[in-house]
Amino acid sequence: MNAPGGLFIEALAVRAGDKELLKPFSLRVDRGEILGVIGPAGSGKSTLLRVLNRLVDLDDGLSVSGTVQLDGANILGPEVDVPSVRKRIGIVFSVQVPLPMSIYDNLAFGPRLAGVTDPGGLGTLMEESLRAAYLWDEVEDRLREPASNLSGGQQQRMCLARTLMLRPEVLLLDEPCSGLDPISTAKIEEALQGLKKRMAVILVTNNVKQASRVADKTAFLLMGELVECGPTQDLFTNPKHKRTEEYITGRFG
Amino acid sequence: MGRFFIALSALCCAVIVAMTAFVLGDIAYFGWEKLTLSFLLAAPEQGMAAGGIFPAIFGTFFLVLIMTVAVIPLGVMTAVYLNEYAPKHSRLVQWVRLAIANLSGVPAIVFGLFGLGFFIDFVGKGMDAAFFGSRLVFGQPAILWAALTLALLTLPTVVVATEEALRAIPDSHREVAYSLGATRLQMVRRVVLPQAIGGILTGGILAVSRGAGEVAPILFTGAAYFLPYLPKKLNDQFMELGYHIYVMATQSPDVEATKPILYSTVFVLLALTFVLNFTAIWVRSRIRRRLRLAK
Repeated sequence: MNAPGGLFIEALAVRAGDKELLKPFSLRVDRGEILGVIGPAGSGKSTLLRVLNRLVDLDDGLSVSGTVQLDGANILGPEVDVPSVRKRIGIVFSVQVPLPMSIYDNLAFGPRLAGVTDPGGLGTLMEESLRAAYLWDEVEDRLREPASNLSGGQQQRMCLARTLMLRPEVLLLDEPCSGLDPISTAKIEEALQGLKKRMAVILVTNNVKQASRVADKTAFLLMGELVECGPTQDLFTNPKHKRTEEYITGRFG
Repeated sequence: MGRFFIALSALCCAVIVAMTAFVLGDIAYFGWEKLTLSFLLAAPEQGMAAGGIFPAIFGTFFLVLIMTVAVIPLGVMTAVYLNEYAPKHSRLVQWVRLAIANLSGVPAIVFGLFGLGFFIDFVGKGMDAAFFGSRLVFGQPAILWAALTLALLTLPTVVVATEEALRAIPDSHREVAYSLGATRLQMVRRVVLPQAIGGILTGGILAVSRGAGEVAPILFTGAAYFLPYLPKKLNDQFMELGYHIYVMATQSPDVEATKPILYSTVFVLLALTFVLNFTAIWVRSRIRRRLRLAK
């Protein structure tokens, strides 16, 4: 049994016709830890996150097998209520996507879908989420402005806060810092350290250094295959596989 | 050779501009003098050789209003289904799109005949038989049937404009909505439709400006040569600007006496459609600008 709030991936595989996007593998991530997922482009990192958030349902022609257990229940099962899975397993995309509305409405979007509309409750939740995303001080007075007024880095932290508004049990981040300046990147990394106390975090990143800075555990994906996974310290100082070593030392990828 | 073709294409452009200017100038010049407030607000008199065109203006607005109420929901829901619900590349979608494209190519007079056969003879007579003991209530030309016929004619305009607006919305917005736990209906209502509203409006205005000028579809389905009263019920007949022009130009007992009024009526119809078209263009450009800013 896995600890409450953890995600337990077992024999997960994704195919598109004859092509294996993800070869069967197992993996777990518990509340209180950040799992870094590294690997070159096209190795299936984003596909993995899309499976876990069930966004894969929107993609044509993909078949998913295996199980992913959240609190002992398989979220890939056919009878699962997909919207509620997505509320429990939040995702932040690599490109920041503010919806064309105010910061306030962006943040309130998720709770409102779930029927939460009272301004008091939303306000409390909003401050909590914005603080957790290290954005509160910058937007406290401008919540009614269009979200597009924010800088790229602020937008990405707003997207993080928007996901946190649903108090997810698992947080997925798909290269959240690609295209961000070092200061915004540092703020997001700092935010993750606080957030992992409350949830399990999976951080997909193209930036090997970021994984070594932030992740407790790191998994290396290559061409849809999980090459190895272990405590970040071990993987970076003492990789078991030659391919891992070559990748983290920058010899390919 | 190059210069010859440049001169030739410039000449073609000049011909188009000149023809438009001539038509507009001619109508403005001859139509202007009769155009008074009382002309707009009075009923035709003396076999259309005097008086005004108020019943035709009123009828046109009433007709177009009913048409809009019918065509917007139908067109928007069709576009939303095609773009948001139907599986992409499915047979059904391809057939529906083909049908819509063909619908916009059907001659207007065919719509008129269809309206007569379907709405009046089939639906209207059927309603009379079912609800009114075969008394003649809906089984005859009426503003309702004319409006519904026009709604079919303008349906492709609304569907195409709405679909264009829906396609302009980035898929990433849809994914964000889903990722925050939206059902498809919530996604459509809260993310897609608010952003598409401008496109829907544009389509609606273009449909109205097209519908307001069509005569053939209403010829058999409800337009009247002359009526001493304004339409008040859905099964009344009505006078309409375009049809009124046709009547004055061909059926008037005294063509020469009718001519000034004819010019003024054409002027009013043109002004009406131009205002609508320019509004549509203005709305669309505002939306394009806003979309560019949002990206």
